[in-house]
Amino acid sequence: MTTPLAAAKFDGVASSPSTLRAFLHGLPGVDRVGADARAAMLGTRSIKTTAKKQAIDTAIAMVDLTTLEGADTPGKVRAMCAKAVRPDPTDASVPPVAAVCVYPDLVATAVEALAGSGVKVASVATSFPSGRSSLEVKTAETRLAVAAGAAEIDMVIDRGAFLAGDYLKVYEEIVATKEACGEAHLKVILETGELATYDNVRRASWLAMIAGADFIKTSTGKVSPAATLPVTLVMLEAVRDFLAVTGRKVGVKPAGGIRTTKDAIKYLVLVNETAGPDWLHPDWFRLGASSLLNDLLMQRQKMATGRYAGPDYFTLD
Amino acid sequence: MFEYAPAPESRDIVDIRPSYGLFIGGEWVDPQGEDRHKTVNPATEEVLAEVAWAGEADVDRAVQAATKAFPVWSAMPGAERAKYLFRIARIIQERSRELAVLETLDNGKPIREARDVDLPLVAAHFFYYAGWADKLAYAGFGENPRPLGVAGQVIPWNFPLLMLAWKIAPALACGNTVVLKPAETTPLTGLAFAEICRQAELPPGVVNIVTGAGETGAALVNHPGVDKVAFTGSTEVGRLIARSLAGTSKKLTLELGGKAANIVFEDAPLDQAVEGIVNGIFFNQGHVCCAGSRLLVQESVAAELLEALKRRLGTLRLGDPMDKNTDIGAINSAEQLARIRELTESGEAEGAERWSPACPIPDRGYWFPPTVFTGVAQSHRIAREEIFGPVLSVLTFRTPAEAVEKANNTPYGLSAGVWTEKGSLMLWTASKLRAGVVWSNTFNRFDPTSPFGGYKESGYGREGGRHGLEAYLAV
Amino acid sequence: MSERLAVRKTYKLFIGGAFPRSESGRSYEVTSSKGDFLANAARASRKDARDAVVAARKAFPGWSGATAYNRGQILYRIAEMLEGRRAQFVAEITAVGGVGAKQAGDMVDATVDRLVWYAGWSDKIGAVVGSANPVAGPYFNLSSPEPTGVVAVIAPQTGPLLGLVSAIAPVIVTGNTCVVVACERVPLPAITLAEVLATSDLPGGVVNILTGSAAEIAPWLAGHMDVNGIDLTGADAELAVTCEELAAENLKRVLRPPAGPVDWLAEPGIGRMTAFLETKTVWHPIGV
Repeated sequence: MTTPLAAAKFDGVASSPSTLRAFLHGLPGVDRVGADARAAMLGTRSIKTTAKKQAIDTAIAMVDLTTLEGADTPGKVRAMCAKAVRPDPTDASVPPVAAVCVYPDLVATAVEALAGSGVKVASVATSFPSGRSSLEVKTAETRLAVAAGAAEIDMVIDRGAFLAGDYLKVYEEIVATKEACGEAHLKVILETGELATYDNVRRASWLAMIAGADFIKTSTGKVSPAATLPVTLVMLEAVRDFLAVTGRKVGVKPAGGIRTTKDAIKYLVLVNETAGPDWLHPDWFRLGASSLLNDLLMQRQKMATGRYAGPDYFTLD
Repeated sequence: MFEYAPAPESRDIVDIRPSYGLFIGGEWVDPQGEDRHKTVNPATEEVLAEVAWAGEADVDRAVQAATKAFPVWSAMPGAERAKYLFRIARIIQERSRELAVLETLDNGKPIREARDVDLPLVAAHFFYYAGWADKLAYAGFGENPRPLGVAGQVIPWNFPLLMLAWKIAPALACGNTVVLKPAETTPLTGLAFAEICRQAELPPGVVNIVTGAGETGAALVNHPGVDKVAFTGSTEVGRLIARSLAGTSKKLTLELGGKAANIVFEDAPLDQAVEGIVNGIFFNQGHVCCAGSRLLVQESVAAELLEALKRRLGTLRLGDPMDKNTDIGAINSAEQLARIRELTESGEAEGAERWSPACPIPDRGYWFPPTVFTGVAQSHRIAREEIFGPVLSVLTFRTPAEAVEKANNTPYGLSAGVWTEKGSLMLWTASKLRAGVVWSNTFNRFDPTSPFGGYKESGYGREGGRHGLEAYLAV
Repeated sequence: MSERLAVRKTYKLFIGGAFPRSESGRSYEVTSSKGDFLANAARASRKDARDAVVAARKAFPGWSGATAYNRGQILYRIAEMLEGRRAQFVAEITAVGGVGAKQAGDMVDATVDRLVWYAGWSDKIGAVVGSANPVAGPYFNLSSPEPTGVVAVIAPQTGPLLGLVSAIAPVIVTGNTCVVVACERVPLPAITLAEVLATSDLPGGVVNILTGSAAEIAPWLAGHMDVNGIDLTGADAELAVTCEELAAENLKRVLRPPAGPVDWLAEPGIGRMTAFLETKTVWHPIGV
């Protein structure tokens, strides 16, 4: 296992509950109103014409096309995979999405359906969405998903432990999960809707990053609010600052509640002006979504034809 | 890189006449003299229109019109005056896009700011004071507070329509009639407002708009028929007005210059502080009397904060004010640009270190890049004089007491900023600062309900809120 | 035996809680309306005015930073001490002539009452002229009155005690400090008031009293760049214009002389307090 520069830099930080707490509580605070205002201002950027075309294709290529329902079946997953590879059957110029995101038991189905496509398979793990299980179960689930072919693991943190101030427990679970991932990329879901404050979002972001996260992700999609612009802003600030301190770059994934092209473009503007254009790539920024993809396709077609598109012309998978 | 394509607001929505007269007694009238001047778009130097510069005789005519209208307007039931003001507020909302474009063309400010800040505040100000017109008995100035008469009002070019609203809305609500002179470089929204008065069927003479420069303003404030003078502008001119009103019974309120300190303590929410610093000094190209032009940062976080600030300034977009994505527009006039240049050159000459982000400057028009001076001493001119441009002077401090001492070490006292997550430190600092507005963990926020105005040489009187009524009532 | 020779008094200035002579060494005779000698009073110079401003500025942080309750207590204490000198004030007022003992007594009583009235304002004016402003956004927004700073008071030429106290009390109760130019012709009540102030817990420098010529001293105060406000109640028309013009140099808050005679017995209202109050508005975001 490689020791990332980050871990070396923060060697002593997680050596005890008190050092970890001191570190996380020593991070600058986040003023909610100011963060909200900044996100809202960036939301007023007017993206038109060529920039909008570019933004739509970039957004499509960043989508983690997701289905995380109790009713998911191999059939449902296969259909979604087909959509992931070829989002618009009538237009070959539409790029494929970045990944599909499924429950662990459907990873093998997705891997098979996506073989050779370049679209990655991501699996949620660690007793998604609540995370309320033992570490043994969580790491076993992670290993099974990876063994089934998942290239990316979306784990959830133990919000109960975080809110109880047991940061070391959260840290150790992330470290253990990262180890269980092996070569697979680890996305750490903070479930920001349950963390409640932006100060907590910032602390959880740093906690995840120093524990080895490759990506930090806002939400499971099962808790409201899911992703918001200001929460994503705070997380983008964290990855930006983490890179400056450690030299290690971490990705960001807002998930849940992103449904329209307008929303997606706001996120891209946020990335562009906060972490910077280096993050405007599927390797470093993802959009966890399902219905968003069709809206992106409809907007894309509207720009190409000049006519407003209708939902009947796009597949529901 | 994600290049935003230009997203220009359409200027077709505005209808600028080639030439404007004066708005007196509800009519457009020709000035008695031949003095006409061009108003230009500072972003392109394109001539937008020609306006009259009113002479003494024109001002006299306007004051007479206001005097004639006063008995009718002041005797009107407050509820009726309110309805006129509500009407005006609604018309402004309905025409806000047009007015925002006009403001941007004449002033050079980014359309995003005109659209999202100026115009909403203008409408809100009229709505707010409309509501006071029939409630003056409850304002704490006696059971039947009386208006003063004719108000002579002179406003600056940085927020032309907003400053008009700050002046006219409370004056009219209290039952006064007004003669207002817009700034010579930004007359167009004031003239558009004259049209709005007609559209609202405001009785003739209640609002009169006379365009012109300093001499017109002097004729107005010194006119014996004026009972109340309200001025927003430079401390230098404010002083002249205060002197010239000595021995008269005219009531005077002044909103003048500033050199606000923006104090960042080491426990500040740093990302929001960076935004607050940017908003504090680069909002409206720094053409803001309450701009946070002096950054006082605690030494322990100075390096970190400055690095973050410089990185953030790299993302500011300077250019065509009509582009909805522009953050920094044009400097309002060649004269102002020359003043900014002169002061920044003095900053370099005095030994401060100058920095600007890489920032292409358009070929035509008046532009100045966002500029930061570090290594600034209290004694430098750039730390003492109001630059009124996008220029930030950075100083450091070690203790809260030193921060307050440096912040207050100026003849001005308009505004200040405090950044800390510690409530008791915030309240302590706010209580020690000699400034009329203290923004803590925010900056450059305005609201019609919130009194605004300065201590010391930043002027006297308050605009906004219940306090703002006092300037227009005989109390 | 011949009649005992009177001990003639020479009164001094009141600056920074002390009673110095004028640095100029000048004094002038105070006489009754019939021309009888009453006392010598110091004729303050511009340098005395300058020293008084320094003392007032020095006292400002402490006085403005004191709790409103504390300032109210001290004003009430002044009223108590003044009451104790009732007979002396009556004697000084009647000696000047023009008023009888009964009327002079009424004036002293009204002065005591005026101080009590203003003492009660110290912790109420903020509630009356301050406000919590309902701004359209997630911000706490509070406006509160704060003292202007150092205020020059040109004391009324009428009402040598009641007028004087009616001018000083509203200035200091809110936390300002002041430099007072006493009525030139009738300075003795002002000097005796200084003695009252010196023994009533008022910190030195909060009130500084100069005797002498307003026409000579007032313009120096009006033009002084470390004076923040000026009350011209006692200035004649010509002096008032001169002072107002000079006051413009640093944008002093100016309380112009009243248009007509003032009835000092009438309830004063809050105008004399608000004339030397600033409004400070503090914003803070509201959010978790």
